[in-house]
Amino acid sequence: MAVLIILVLLGAWEAVVRLGGVDELLLPAPTQVLEALWTDRDLLAPDLAVTTWEVVLGLAAAIAAGAGLGIAMHVSPAARRALRPLVIGSQAVPVPVIAPLVVLVLGFGLAPKVLLVALVCFFPVAINLYDGLRDADPDARKLLRSLDATRWQTLRMLELPSALPSAFTGMKIAAAVAVIGAVFAEWSGSSEGLGHALLTANGQLATARAFAATLLLFLLAIGLYGAFALLERRFAGWTPRSTTPGGP
Amino acid sequence: METEVEAPGVEPRDVSGGVEVAGAEKSFGPLKALAGVSLRAAPREVVAVAGPSGCGKSTLLELVCGLSQPDAGTVQAPPAALMPQRDGLLPWLSALDNAALAQRVAGVARAEARRAAHEHFAAFGLEGFERSRPAELSGGMRQRVAFLRTLLAGRPLLCLDEPFGALDALTRAQMQRWLAGALAREPRTVLLVTHDVEEAVLLADRIVLLSPRPARVVATLDVPLPRPRHRTDPAVVALRERAMEVLGA
Repeated sequence: MAVLIILVLLGAWEAVVRLGGVDELLLPAPTQVLEALWTDRDLLAPDLAVTTWEVVLGLAAAIAAGAGLGIAMHVSPAARRALRPLVIGSQAVPVPVIAPLVVLVLGFGLAPKVLLVALVCFFPVAINLYDGLRDADPDARKLLRSLDATRWQTLRMLELPSALPSAFTGMKIAAAVAVIGAVFAEWSGSSEGLGHALLTANGQLATARAFAATLLLFLLAIGLYGAFALLERRFAGWTPRSTTPGGP
Repeated sequence: METEVEAPGVEPRDVSGGVEVAGAEKSFGPLKALAGVSLRAAPREVVAVAGPSGCGKSTLLELVCGLSQPDAGTVQAPPAALMPQRDGLLPWLSALDNAALAQRVAGVARAEARRAAHEHFAAFGLEGFERSRPAELSGGMRQRVAFLRTLLAGRPLLCLDEPFGALDALTRAQMQRWLAGALAREPRTVLLVTHDVEEAVLLADRIVLLSPRPARVVATLDVPLPRPRHRTDPAVVALRERAMEVLGA
Protein backbone atom coordinates (compact mmCIF):
# COMPACT_ATOMS: atom_id res chain seq x y z
CA MET A 1 0.00 0.00 0.00
CA ALA A 2 2.81 2.40 0.97
CA VAL A 3 4.58 1.46 -2.25
CA LEU A 4 1.44 2.21 -4.25
CA ILE A 5 1.04 5.64 -2.65
CA ILE A 6 4.68 6.50 -3.32
CA LEU A 7 4.42 5.32 -6.94
CA VAL A 8 1.29 7.43 -7.52
CA LEU A 9 2.95 10.50 -6.00
CA LEU A 10 6.12 9.96 -8.02
CA GLY A 11 4.09 9.41 -11.18
CA ALA A 12 2.19 12.65 -10.61
CA TRP A 13 5.45 14.49 -9.93
CA GLU A 14 7.02 13.07 -13.09
CA ALA A 15 3.96 13.99 -15.14
CA VAL A 16 3.83 17.56 -13.82
CA VAL A 17 7.51 18.14 -14.65
CA ARG A 18 7.42 16.46 -18.07
CA LEU A 19 4.06 17.77 -19.32
CA GLY A 20 3.81 21.04 -17.42
CA GLY A 21 7.18 22.23 -18.66
CA VAL A 22 8.52 23.06 -15.18
CA ASP A 23 12.11 24.22 -15.35
CA GLU A 24 14.29 21.30 -14.25
CA LEU A 25 16.49 23.78 -12.35
CA LEU A 26 13.50 24.44 -10.12
CA LEU A 27 12.06 20.94 -9.89
CA PRO A 28 13.74 17.95 -11.53
CA ALA A 29 11.61 14.90 -12.34
CA PRO A 30 12.09 11.77 -10.19
CA THR A 31 13.81 10.00 -13.09
CA GLN A 32 16.28 12.90 -13.39
CA VAL A 33 16.97 12.69 -9.64
CA LEU A 34 17.69 8.96 -9.97
CA GLU A 35 19.89 9.68 -12.97
CA ALA A 36 21.85 12.25 -10.95
CA LEU A 37 22.14 9.78 -8.08
CA TRP A 38 23.68 7.26 -10.46
CA THR A 39 26.00 9.55 -12.43
CA ASP A 40 27.22 11.41 -9.31
CA ARG A 41 27.52 8.27 -7.22
CA ASP A 42 31.27 8.66 -6.78
CA LEU A 43 30.69 12.21 -5.57
CA LEU A 44 27.82 11.38 -3.22
CA ALA A 45 28.96 8.05 -1.71
CA PRO A 46 31.75 9.55 0.43
CA ASP A 47 29.37 12.31 1.55
CA LEU A 48 26.81 9.69 2.58
CA ALA A 49 29.48 7.85 4.57
CA VAL A 50 30.59 11.05 6.33
CA THR A 51 27.06 12.11 7.28
CA THR A 52 26.11 8.59 8.38
CA TRP A 53 29.14 8.51 10.67
CA GLU A 54 28.28 11.93 12.15
CA VAL A 55 24.70 10.89 12.73
CA VAL A 56 25.58 7.52 14.27
CA LEU A 57 28.08 9.08 16.68
CA GLY A 58 25.68 11.91 17.50
CA LEU A 59 22.85 9.44 18.17
CA ALA A 60 25.11 7.37 20.40
CA ALA A 61 26.04 10.48 22.38
CA ALA A 62 22.36 11.54 22.52
CA ILE A 63 21.26 8.14 23.82
CA ALA A 64 23.99 8.11 26.47
CA ALA A 65 23.21 11.68 27.57
CA GLY A 66 19.43 11.22 27.29
CA ALA A 67 19.50 8.00 29.30
CA GLY A 68 21.67 9.60 31.97
CA LEU A 69 19.40 12.64 32.22
CA GLY A 70 16.19 10.62 32.17
CA ILE A 71 17.39 8.35 34.96
CA ALA A 72 18.85 11.21 37.02
CA MET A 73 15.61 13.19 36.76
CA HIS A 74 13.63 10.12 37.78
CA VAL A 75 15.78 9.09 40.72
CA SER A 76 16.57 12.49 42.21
CA PRO A 77 13.95 15.21 42.75
CA ALA A 78 16.77 17.72 43.13
CA ALA A 79 18.19 16.76 39.73
CA ARG A 80 14.70 16.93 38.26
CA ARG A 81 14.12 20.47 39.53
CA ALA A 82 17.56 21.59 38.39
CA LEU A 83 17.61 19.93 34.97
CA ARG A 84 14.08 20.03 33.63
CA PRO A 85 14.02 23.72 32.62
CA LEU A 86 17.41 23.34 30.92
CA VAL A 87 16.42 20.17 29.11
CA ILE A 88 13.19 21.68 27.81
CA GLY A 89 14.78 25.05 27.10
CA SER A 90 17.52 23.42 25.06
CA GLN A 91 14.88 22.48 22.48
CA ALA A 92 13.84 26.09 22.02
CA VAL A 93 17.34 26.98 20.83
CA PRO A 94 17.18 27.38 17.02
CA VAL A 95 19.75 25.00 15.58
CA PRO A 96 20.59 27.18 12.53
CA VAL A 97 21.47 30.01 14.93
CA ILE A 98 23.74 28.13 17.28
CA ALA A 99 25.28 25.86 14.62
CA PRO A 100 27.75 28.56 13.43
CA LEU A 101 28.67 29.31 17.06
CA VAL A 102 29.36 25.67 17.78
CA VAL A 103 31.50 25.43 14.66
CA LEU A 104 33.32 28.61 15.69
CA VAL A 105 34.21 27.06 19.05
CA LEU A 106 34.81 23.44 18.06
CA GLY A 107 36.25 23.95 14.60
CA PHE A 108 35.46 22.28 11.29
CA GLY A 109 36.00 18.68 12.39
CA LEU A 110 33.66 15.95 13.53
CA ALA A 111 33.03 17.35 17.04
CA PRO A 112 30.54 20.14 16.20
CA LYS A 113 28.48 17.78 14.00
CA VAL A 114 28.28 15.15 16.71
CA LEU A 115 27.38 17.79 19.28
CA LEU A 116 24.61 19.30 17.17
CA VAL A 117 23.12 15.90 16.30
CA ALA A 118 23.20 15.04 19.99
CA LEU A 119 21.56 18.36 20.89
CA VAL A 120 18.69 17.69 18.50
CA CYS A 121 18.32 14.06 19.60
CA PHE A 122 18.84 13.79 23.35
CA PHE A 123 15.52 15.40 24.24
CA PRO A 124 13.10 12.74 22.92
CA VAL A 125 15.31 10.05 24.47
CA ALA A 126 15.47 11.73 27.90
CA ILE A 127 11.78 12.66 28.11
CA ASN A 128 10.40 9.37 26.83
CA LEU A 129 12.67 7.41 29.15
CA TYR A 130 11.73 9.63 32.09
CA ASP A 131 8.02 9.19 31.44
CA GLY A 132 8.47 5.47 30.93
CA LEU A 133 10.29 5.10 34.26
CA ARG A 134 7.42 6.81 36.07
CA ASP A 135 4.75 4.72 34.33
CA ALA A 136 5.82 1.39 35.83
CA ASP A 137 2.91 -0.74 37.04
CA PRO A 138 1.85 0.59 40.49
CA ASP A 139 0.95 -2.93 41.63
CA ALA A 140 4.41 -4.23 40.79
CA ARG A 141 5.85 -1.19 42.53
CA LYS A 142 3.85 -2.02 45.69
CA LEU A 143 4.96 -5.60 45.46
CA LEU A 144 8.64 -4.69 45.30
CA ARG A 145 8.26 -2.28 48.21
CA SER A 146 6.60 -5.01 50.28
CA LEU A 147 9.63 -7.18 49.50
CA ASP A 148 11.92 -4.43 50.83
CA ALA A 149 13.53 -3.92 47.42
CA THR A 150 16.19 -1.20 47.37
CA ARG A 151 15.88 1.87 45.13
CA TRP A 152 18.46 0.35 42.80
CA GLN A 153 16.64 -3.00 42.65
CA THR A 154 13.36 -1.27 41.83
CA LEU A 155 15.09 0.64 39.05
CA ARG A 156 16.86 -2.40 37.62
CA MET A 157 14.13 -5.04 38.03
CA LEU A 158 11.01 -2.97 37.38
CA GLU A 159 11.41 0.57 36.12
CA LEU A 160 14.11 0.22 33.47
CA PRO A 161 12.62 -2.84 31.74
CA SER A 162 9.15 -1.34 31.82
CA ALA A 163 10.48 1.96 30.38
CA LEU A 164 12.19 0.18 27.48
CA PRO A 165 9.33 0.46 24.95
CA SER A 166 8.94 4.15 25.75
CA ALA A 167 12.71 4.66 25.48
CA PHE A 168 12.63 3.01 22.05
CA THR A 169 9.92 5.44 20.97
CA GLY A 170 12.29 8.24 21.99
CA MET A 171 15.17 6.68 20.09
CA LYS A 172 13.07 6.21 16.94
CA ILE A 173 12.05 9.88 17.04
CA ALA A 174 15.70 10.81 17.59
CA ALA A 175 16.78 8.65 14.64
CA ALA A 176 14.26 10.36 12.38
CA VAL A 177 15.36 13.92 13.23
CA ALA A 178 19.09 13.28 13.64
CA VAL A 179 19.96 14.15 10.04
CA ILE A 180 18.62 17.69 10.55
CA GLY A 181 21.32 18.36 13.14
CA ALA A 182 24.01 16.96 10.88
CA VAL A 183 22.91 19.02 7.86
CA PHE A 184 22.81 22.31 9.79
CA ALA A 185 26.22 21.57 11.27
CA GLU A 186 27.65 20.88 7.81
CA TRP A 187 26.09 24.05 6.43
CA SER A 188 27.87 26.05 9.10
CA GLY A 189 31.29 24.86 8.12
CA SER A 190 32.25 21.69 6.36
CA SER A 191 33.93 20.43 3.22
CA GLU A 192 32.15 17.09 3.12
CA GLY A 193 28.91 15.35 3.97
CA LEU A 194 25.46 15.36 2.37
CA GLY A 195 24.63 18.80 3.80
CA HIS A 196 27.76 20.15 2.16
CA ALA A 197 26.85 18.33 -1.07
CA LEU A 198 23.45 20.03 -0.95
CA LEU A 199 25.06 23.47 -0.65
CA THR A 200 27.52 22.97 -3.49
CA ALA A 201 24.89 21.41 -5.76
CA ASN A 202 22.63 24.41 -5.15
CA GLY A 203 25.51 26.74 -5.87
CA GLN A 204 26.20 24.96 -9.16
CA LEU A 205 22.49 24.97 -10.06
CA ALA A 206 22.73 21.16 -10.11
CA THR A 207 19.23 20.82 -8.73
CA ALA A 208 18.92 17.15 -9.61
CA ARG A 209 22.05 16.38 -7.57
CA ALA A 210 20.67 18.41 -4.63
CA PHE A 211 17.52 16.32 -4.78
CA ALA A 212 19.64 13.18 -4.98
CA ALA A 213 21.47 14.23 -1.79
CA THR A 214 18.12 14.92 -0.13
CA LEU A 215 16.92 11.49 -1.20
CA LEU A 216 19.96 9.96 0.52
CA LEU A 217 19.20 11.91 3.73
CA PHE A 218 15.65 10.64 3.51
CA LEU A 219 16.85 7.05 3.14
CA LEU A 220 19.37 7.49 5.95
CA ALA A 221 16.63 8.62 8.35
CA ILE A 222 14.40 5.71 7.33
CA GLY A 223 17.28 3.25 7.68
CA LEU A 224 18.17 4.47 11.18
CA TYR A 225 14.53 4.39 12.23
CA GLY A 226 14.24 0.84 10.90
CA ALA A 227 17.36 -0.20 12.80
CA PHE A 228 15.86 1.00 16.08
CA ALA A 229 12.54 -0.65 15.26
CA LEU A 230 14.43 -3.94 14.79
CA LEU A 231 16.29 -3.46 18.07
CA GLU A 232 12.98 -2.74 19.77
CA ARG A 233 11.48 -5.96 18.50
CA ARG A 234 14.54 -7.82 19.71
CA PHE A 235 14.82 -6.26 23.17
CA ALA A 236 11.25 -5.22 24.00
CA GLY A 237 9.43 -8.02 22.20
CA TRP A 238 7.12 -8.58 25.16
CA THR A 239 5.06 -5.43 24.60
CA PRO A 240 1.54 -5.76 23.22
CA ARG A 241 2.61 -3.26 20.53
CA SER A 242 5.20 -5.56 18.98
CA THR A 243 2.94 -8.61 18.97
CA THR A 244 0.00 -6.98 17.20
CA PRO A 245 0.06 -6.98 13.42
CA GLY A 246 0.55 -3.69 11.62
CA GLY A 247 4.18 -2.90 12.25
CA PRO A 248 5.98 0.22 11.09
CA MET B 1 7.07 9.88 42.85
CA GLU B 2 9.42 11.12 45.51
CA THR B 3 12.20 8.81 46.49
CA GLU B 4 12.05 7.49 49.97
CA VAL B 5 14.48 5.12 51.53
CA GLU B 6 12.99 3.15 54.35
CA ALA B 7 15.17 1.18 56.68
CA PRO B 8 13.46 -2.21 56.73
CA GLY B 9 12.42 -3.59 60.09
CA VAL B 10 12.78 -0.37 62.10
CA GLU B 11 9.10 -0.16 62.97
CA PRO B 12 7.96 -2.71 65.57
CA ARG B 13 5.99 -4.94 63.22
CA ASP B 14 6.37 -8.38 64.72
CA VAL B 15 4.15 -10.52 66.85
CA SER B 16 5.71 -13.84 65.82
CA GLY B 17 3.40 -14.58 62.93
CA GLY B 18 0.24 -12.97 64.26
CA VAL B 19 -1.35 -9.68 63.23
CA GLU B 20 -2.79 -7.06 65.54
CA VAL B 21 -4.43 -3.93 64.14
CA ALA B 22 -5.93 -1.59 66.74
CA GLY B 23 -8.00 1.48 65.93
CA ALA B 24 -6.22 2.12 62.63
CA GLU B 25 -7.20 5.34 60.89
CA LYS B 26 -6.01 6.51 57.49
CA SER B 27 -6.97 9.45 55.34
CA PHE B 28 -5.83 10.55 51.90
CA GLY B 29 -6.28 14.30 51.95
CA PRO B 30 -9.94 14.99 52.69
CA LEU B 31 -10.84 11.37 51.91
CA LYS B 32 -11.10 9.18 54.99
CA ALA B 33 -10.41 5.55 54.07
CA LEU B 34 -10.24 3.85 57.46
CA ALA B 35 -12.12 5.10 60.53
CA GLY B 36 -10.72 3.04 63.35
CA VAL B 37 -10.32 -0.54 62.15
CA SER B 38 -9.29 -3.26 64.59
CA LEU B 39 -8.61 -6.89 63.76
CA ARG B 40 -6.46 -9.78 64.87
CA ALA B 41 -5.04 -12.83 63.16
CA ALA B 42 -3.36 -15.57 65.17
CA PRO B 43 -0.37 -17.36 63.65
CA ARG B 44 -1.46 -19.71 60.83
CA GLU B 45 -4.95 -18.30 60.87
CA VAL B 46 -6.72 -17.28 57.66
CA VAL B 47 -8.64 -14.05 58.22
CA ALA B 48 -10.82 -12.71 55.44
CA VAL B 49 -11.58 -9.00 55.23
CA ALA B 50 -14.79 -8.52 53.28
CA GLY B 51 -16.70 -5.38 52.45
CA PRO B 52 -18.12 -3.33 49.59
CA SER B 53 -15.85 -2.23 46.74
CA GLY B 54 -13.75 0.83 47.48
CA CYS B 55 -14.26 0.63 51.26
CA GLY B 56 -10.56 0.80 52.10
CA LYS B 57 -9.66 -2.89 52.15
CA SER B 58 -6.52 -2.39 50.07
CA THR B 59 -5.50 0.53 52.30
CA LEU B 60 -5.72 -1.82 55.29
CA LEU B 61 -3.43 -4.33 53.57
CA GLU B 62 -0.91 -1.58 52.79
CA LEU B 63 -0.76 -0.73 56.47
CA VAL B 64 -0.25 -4.37 57.43
CA CYS B 65 2.47 -4.76 54.77
CA GLY B 66 4.23 -1.69 56.13
CA LEU B 67 3.80 0.21 52.83
CA SER B 68 2.27 3.13 54.70
CA GLN B 69 1.76 4.20 58.28
CA PRO B 70 -1.63 4.74 59.97
CA ASP B 71 -2.63 8.30 60.95
CA ALA B 72 -3.82 6.95 64.28
CA GLY B 73 -3.92 3.56 65.96
CA THR B 74 -1.32 0.81 65.83
CA VAL B 75 -0.43 -1.94 63.39
CA GLN B 76 1.66 -4.89 64.46
CA ALA B 77 2.50 -7.54 61.91
CA PRO B 78 5.36 -9.82 60.97
CA PRO B 79 7.14 -9.33 57.63
CA ALA B 80 4.47 -9.77 54.98
CA ALA B 81 4.40 -10.72 51.32
CA LEU B 82 1.80 -8.87 49.26
CA MET B 83 -0.12 -10.33 46.34
CA PRO B 84 -1.48 -7.20 44.66
CA GLN B 85 -4.94 -6.96 43.18
CA ARG B 86 -3.94 -7.24 39.54
CA ASP B 87 -1.29 -9.95 39.79
CA GLY B 88 1.60 -7.48 39.34
CA LEU B 89 3.50 -9.95 37.17
CA LEU B 90 6.31 -8.42 35.12
CA PRO B 91 5.40 -8.88 31.43
CA TRP B 92 9.02 -9.22 30.26
CA LEU B 93 9.84 -12.09 32.63
CA SER B 94 9.01 -15.76 32.10
CA ALA B 95 6.60 -17.47 34.49
CA LEU B 96 9.61 -19.06 36.20
CA ASP B 97 11.44 -15.74 36.67
CA ASN B 98 8.26 -14.06 37.89
CA ALA B 99 7.78 -16.78 40.48
CA ALA B 100 11.43 -16.40 41.50
CA LEU B 101 11.25 -12.60 41.79
CA ALA B 102 10.86 -12.38 45.56
CA GLN B 103 13.94 -14.50 46.08
CA ARG B 104 15.90 -12.49 43.53
CA VAL B 105 15.05 -9.33 45.46
CA ALA B 106 16.20 -11.06 48.64
CA GLY B 107 19.59 -11.56 46.96
CA VAL B 108 19.37 -15.25 46.00
CA ALA B 109 21.35 -16.09 42.85
CA ARG B 110 19.33 -16.49 39.66
CA ALA B 111 19.95 -20.22 39.17
CA GLU B 112 19.16 -21.02 42.78
CA ALA B 113 15.99 -18.88 42.80
CA ARG B 114 14.81 -20.52 39.57
CA ARG B 115 15.47 -23.99 40.95
CA ALA B 116 13.50 -23.21 44.12
CA ALA B 117 10.59 -21.84 42.09
CA HIS B 118 10.62 -24.74 39.68
CA GLU B 119 10.19 -27.27 42.49
CA HIS B 120 6.62 -25.99 42.92
CA PHE B 121 5.66 -25.74 39.26
CA ALA B 122 4.12 -29.21 39.02
CA ALA B 123 2.09 -28.80 42.23
CA PHE B 124 0.88 -25.41 40.98
CA GLY B 125 -0.23 -26.83 37.64
CA LEU B 126 2.33 -24.73 35.81
CA GLU B 127 4.60 -27.46 34.44
CA GLY B 128 5.53 -26.86 30.81
CA PHE B 129 4.90 -23.10 31.12
CA GLU B 130 8.20 -22.20 32.77
CA ARG B 131 9.33 -20.09 29.82
CA SER B 132 5.94 -18.56 28.97
CA ARG B 133 5.47 -14.86 29.46
CA PRO B 134 2.44 -13.69 31.50
CA ALA B 135 0.59 -12.61 28.33
CA GLU B 136 0.67 -16.23 27.16
CA LEU B 137 -0.86 -17.59 30.38
CA SER B 138 -4.55 -17.94 31.30
CA GLY B 139 -5.97 -15.77 34.07
CA GLY B 140 -5.94 -18.66 36.53
CA MET B 141 -2.34 -19.53 35.73
CA ARG B 142 -1.25 -15.93 36.18
CA GLN B 143 -2.80 -15.91 39.65
CA ARG B 144 -1.02 -19.16 40.49
CA VAL B 145 2.32 -17.70 39.40
CA ALA B 146 1.59 -14.58 41.48
CA PHE B 147 0.67 -16.71 44.48
CA LEU B 148 3.78 -18.86 44.11
CA ARG B 149 5.88 -15.70 44.01
CA THR B 150 4.16 -14.52 47.21
CA LEU B 151 4.69 -17.87 48.89
CA LEU B 152 8.39 -18.03 47.91
CA ALA B 153 9.02 -14.68 49.57
CA GLY B 154 9.28 -16.83 52.69
CA ARG B 155 7.38 -14.37 54.87
CA PRO B 156 5.24 -15.63 57.77
CA LEU B 157 2.31 -13.46 56.64
CA LEU B 158 0.60 -13.44 53.24
CA CYS B 159 -1.53 -10.46 52.27
CA LEU B 160 -3.79 -11.40 49.35
CA ASP B 161 -5.65 -8.47 47.78
CA GLU B 162 -8.70 -9.81 45.93
CA PRO B 163 -6.61 -12.61 44.42
CA PHE B 164 -9.41 -13.95 42.21
CA GLY B 165 -11.38 -10.76 41.58
CA ALA B 166 -10.54 -10.63 37.89
CA LEU B 167 -11.36 -14.26 37.09
CA ASP B 168 -14.54 -15.72 35.61
CA ALA B 169 -16.84 -17.56 38.02
CA LEU B 170 -15.75 -21.07 37.00
CA THR B 171 -12.02 -20.37 37.20
CA ARG B 172 -12.53 -18.53 40.47
CA ALA B 173 -14.26 -21.56 42.02
CA GLN B 174 -11.37 -23.79 40.87
CA MET B 175 -8.80 -21.38 42.21
CA GLN B 176 -10.56 -21.11 45.58
CA ARG B 177 -10.44 -24.91 45.94
CA TRP B 178 -6.84 -24.86 44.84
CA LEU B 179 -5.85 -22.12 47.30
CA ALA B 180 -7.56 -23.98 50.17
CA GLY B 181 -5.46 -27.03 49.27
CA ALA B 182 -2.25 -25.03 48.93
CA LEU B 183 -2.77 -23.41 52.34
CA ALA B 184 -3.51 -26.82 53.88
CA ARG B 185 -0.12 -28.00 52.60
CA GLU B 186 1.79 -24.83 53.48
CA PRO B 187 0.01 -23.16 56.38
CA ARG B 188 0.65 -19.44 56.78
CA THR B 189 -0.97 -16.51 58.46
CA VAL B 190 -3.16 -15.06 55.73
CA LEU B 191 -5.06 -11.82 55.37
CA LEU B 192 -7.44 -12.30 52.47
CA VAL B 193 -9.15 -9.19 51.18
CA THR B 194 -12.24 -9.91 49.08
CA HIS B 195 -15.59 -8.47 48.13
CA ASP B 196 -16.90 -12.00 47.63
CA VAL B 197 -18.52 -13.13 50.89
CA GLU B 198 -18.78 -16.71 49.70
CA GLU B 199 -15.05 -16.79 49.03
CA ALA B 200 -14.47 -15.56 52.57
CA VAL B 201 -16.66 -18.32 54.03
CA LEU B 202 -14.98 -21.01 51.94
CA LEU B 203 -11.41 -20.06 52.80
CA ALA B 204 -11.23 -18.23 56.13
CA ASP B 205 -11.17 -19.14 59.82
CA ARG B 206 -12.63 -15.74 60.60
CA ILE B 207 -14.33 -13.02 58.59
CA VAL B 208 -14.04 -9.33 59.36
CA LEU B 209 -16.87 -7.40 57.72
CA LEU B 210 -16.24 -3.75 56.89
CA SER B 211 -18.69 -0.91 56.32
CA PRO B 212 -18.64 1.31 53.20
CA ARG B 213 -16.00 4.06 53.28
CA PRO B 214 -14.77 5.23 55.72
CA ALA B 215 -14.30 1.64 56.78
CA ARG B 216 -15.04 0.41 60.26
CA VAL B 217 -15.62 -3.14 61.43
CA VAL B 218 -19.33 -3.91 61.48
CA ALA B 219 -19.01 -7.56 62.55
CA THR B 220 -16.55 -10.38 63.00
CA LEU B 221 -17.80 -13.87 62.16
CA ASP B 222 -16.04 -17.07 63.17
CA VAL B 223 -16.12 -19.86 60.61
CA PRO B 224 -15.82 -23.03 62.72
CA LEU B 225 -16.44 -25.33 59.75
CA PRO B 226 -14.37 -28.38 58.77
CA ARG B 227 -12.38 -28.35 55.53
CA PRO B 228 -12.74 -28.97 52.66
CA ARG B 229 -15.85 -26.82 52.41
CA HIS B 230 -18.31 -26.71 49.56
CA ARG B 231 -20.43 -23.80 48.51
CA THR B 232 -23.56 -25.95 48.79
CA ASP B 233 -22.95 -27.05 52.41
CA PRO B 234 -25.93 -25.79 54.45
CA ALA B 235 -23.57 -24.32 57.07
CA VAL B 236 -21.61 -22.44 54.35
CA VAL B 237 -24.82 -21.13 52.80
CA ALA B 238 -26.19 -20.05 56.21
CA LEU B 239 -22.99 -18.20 57.11
CA ARG B 240 -22.83 -16.54 53.71
CA GLU B 241 -26.41 -15.30 54.07
CA ARG B 242 -25.67 -13.99 57.55
CA ALA B 243 -22.65 -12.09 56.32
CA MET B 244 -24.65 -10.63 53.43
CA GLU B 245 -27.33 -9.56 55.90
CA VAL B 246 -24.78 -7.82 58.10
CA LEU B 247 -23.38 -6.00 55.08
CA GLY B 248 -26.91 -4.87 54.27
CA ALA B 249 -27.25 -6.66 50.94
